[in-house]
Amino acid sequence: MSDGAPVLEFRDLTVALPPGSDRPLALDGLTLQVRAGEIVCLVGESGSGKSLAALAAMRLLAPGVQVAGGTIRLDGRDLAPLSEAEMRGLRGDDMAMIFQEPMTALNPQKRVGWQIDEVLRLHTDLDRRARRARIREILEEVRIPDPAGAAQAYPHQLSGGQRQRVMIAMALVLRPRLIIADEPTTALDVTTQKQVLALIRDIQRGEGAGILFITHDFGVVAEIADRVAVLRRGELVEQGPAAEVLNRPQHPYTRALIAAVPALIPPPPAAIPPDAPVVLKAEGLDKTFSARGTLFGPRRKPVQAVRDLSFELRRGETLGVVGESGSGKTTVARIVTRLIQPDSGRVLIGGEDFAHAKPAEVRALRRHIQMVFQDPMASLNPRKRVIDLIAQGPMIHGMKKAEAHARARSLLELVELSPAAGERYPHEFSGGQRQRIGIARALALEPRVIVADEPVSALDVSVQAQVLRLLADLRARLQLSLLFVTHDLRVAAQLCDRVMVMSKGEVVETGPTAEVFSDPQHPYTQSLIASIPGRDWTPPRVALETEGAP
Amino acid sequence: MSLDPDLATALVEPSELPPEEPGRLAVFWRRFRRNRAAVFGLVLFVLVVAAALLADVITPGDPLRRVAQPLTDPFTNPVAPLGTDQLGRDILAGLMHGARVSLMIGVVATLISVGIGIVIGAVAGYWGGWVDDVLMRFTDAFQTVPSFILLLALVAIMGASLESIIFGIGIVSWTSPARMVRAEFMSLRHREFVEAARSLGQRPVATIFREILPNALPPVIVFASVIMATSILLESALAFLALGDPNHASWGNMIGQGRSVLRSDWYVAVLPGIAILLTVLSFSLMGEGLNEALNPRQKK
Repeated sequence: MSDGAPVLEFRDLTVALPPGSDRPLALDGLTLQVRAGEIVCLVGESGSGKSLAALAAMRLLAPGVQVAGGTIRLDGRDLAPLSEAEMRGLRGDDMAMIFQEPMTALNPQKRVGWQIDEVLRLHTDLDRRARRARIREILEEVRIPDPAGAAQAYPHQLSGGQRQRVMIAMALVLRPRLIIADEPTTALDVTTQKQVLALIRDIQRGEGAGILFITHDFGVVAEIADRVAVLRRGELVEQGPAAEVLNRPQHPYTRALIAAVPALIPPPPAAIPPDAPVVLKAEGLDKTFSARGTLFGPRRKPVQAVRDLSFELRRGETLGVVGESGSGKTTVARIVTRLIQPDSGRVLIGGEDFAHAKPAEVRALRRHIQMVFQDPMASLNPRKRVIDLIAQGPMIHGMKKAEAHARARSLLELVELSPAAGERYPHEFSGGQRQRIGIARALALEPRVIVADEPVSALDVSVQAQVLRLLADLRARLQLSLLFVTHDLRVAAQLCDRVMVMSKGEVVETGPTAEVFSDPQHPYTQSLIASIPGRDWTPPRVALETEGAP
Repeated sequence: MSLDPDLATALVEPSELPPEEPGRLAVFWRRFRRNRAAVFGLVLFVLVVAAALLADVITPGDPLRRVAQPLTDPFTNPVAPLGTDQLGRDILAGLMHGARVSLMIGVVATLISVGIGIVIGAVAGYWGGWVDDVLMRFTDAFQTVPSFILLLALVAIMGASLESIIFGIGIVSWTSPARMVRAEFMSLRHREFVEAARSLGQRPVATIFREILPNALPPVIVFASVIMATSILLESALAFLALGDPNHASWGNMIGQGRSVLRSDWYVAVLPGIAILLTVLSFSLMGEGLNEALNPRQKK
């Protein structure tokens, strides 16, 4: 399958960053080939330079970032001496790109058919009828339901998965030799992701194009890659056939990365005594979002986000709330922390109704339930020092400043940051460090329950593992109960004792994690679990003693 | 967790901290300094402030008293180096003492207007809903009346004292900062750090002033430089229409009085005119520099 001549060849590619960046070279001597009919996955964490490699091939690097050495060949032809006009001729025609976020990559003002037609108008001299036939054909090929209707639709009228299919259709319409896909499924839900990955695989089999597939997700790699190349801070640390790299990684960095991928086998659930007190109980929660109408405009259709939802959380237990976007899982987190109020139903914290308490009681009850947010940058006030951020909660609840600061310093140590970090501002930290600050802030009030809304989804896989380990650790040490909201089933499998699967505002299935994962009852849960990328691949528990040893 | 502790340390995130960054003021000054025009504006502003501070040293005594022959040309009499007006008053002394009045009007009127603007904008933006509707219609009502006409009416009612002029200018110019603060608050109130503060149990008023306001302030500070400039211009315009406070040597009063001798003795009106021009220019240049220094996103 991969015996063809290389379609794309990087040889000693070096890309320089503008002076003053965190490192001088974004890519240092990258040598990589993509052959016809082959999917090469370029894997790396954020900042590894993987997207810059793609942009360098397209010659779309941002001003200031430039190729400092090495060659890029497309079908054996050196791209360096080509003029800008010649490059324009190649882009879209011989090499095409699929972006991460199809909503921003498509022009919202133009119909989908028009946008695909534009590619044909620019690169071919087909007449109108032939172009229309080709658009129809390609939309059928990417398996969009109702291709004729889709061509007439505007991007916002299509779902995320359909938009990504349109992007793929645009990339494929001229049958390019090379397709570069930059995180094409990262913005999609798992079930959609599975379909799009299957589509990319099929297309590659049918068309014989070479695909350079950029991703950070080893599950996706396991799903789709023929060969894998691993980048670390601009250096290629390992490349080889997918099965080889995934199951027998050689380089310590690759090993560490793969070991950080949560396995799908849930650990044995923590022994929660059946008589452990219920610390958080939700009863019959309902929430409908009705958009406020304008003065003359019609009211928009209300959306029922949560419908008749009940659950119990015992002390020391972790309950996962899983579901795809729009399932209402974040609304649940926001209701139980009383950031929004339910239309009906009760939230009981230690027997008191949090959802209908008076403002003063609400403030008092808040100390028992704290939240860790998704985006640690957005959830820390950029104009406050870390120590003030952490000490804020206790001070609001009446603690003296000196005492609160002392507690904040000890909390920084608890989340494995040096107490000196307290004097800094949030922007001076890396993503994982910021999330640890967020956890310290949540712990400062010594709550009984922590609600974590996608706390690791903005983090790289290695940092993610570290934060999850910290959470698991703290949970055990402090007898915390966790309500853990996530879309990532691998993460849920690692941390949660029980999971609650949500779809369209309703709980479709709930039970111990191991049972739900091994024997899902509801069809939706079944499809969700079948969609986990790389579900057949279990990350090897690579031995680490080789590291540093002879 | 399944991840070995060894591995976690082998792998990734350094627990040590990034190198210390220079202080906020240093960063701010470095960014401000990049804009040469802004630095020039700052120099002008320092000169105006120096004139106001040194007025009693360089030109002691009442600036409204007669010192020499009326309408002495500039550079002819050492007693009044920049000449005198129709009543024989020293123009240099008028300019120096007028700087005090103009600066005071600029600063106090701006504080009043920004203060009202912040309160109304913050309340409207934070609570939204009908509170927002009511306050914004009230703001609209103010904006539909041309601000200078409103100012004339206010001064006519309250009398032409310096205090009422300053108050009037503050009253007619709060609408723009209010809209600006409201827009900032609307985008900031749903940010996660605000929700984080709420979930800690912080009261709404504390959330508004301690969490949101510091983040909403940079564009308002920039805009304040514009208000300062327009306040000085509004006062001059009032004085030009002989509605200024005659007991203070303000630049506007000087222009207003110089108007009648403009064709024979132009310097009586033009010298304070230049002073106003340079002061307003210094505010707008500094505003530009502040904007670049406080909004690094617009760097390029």
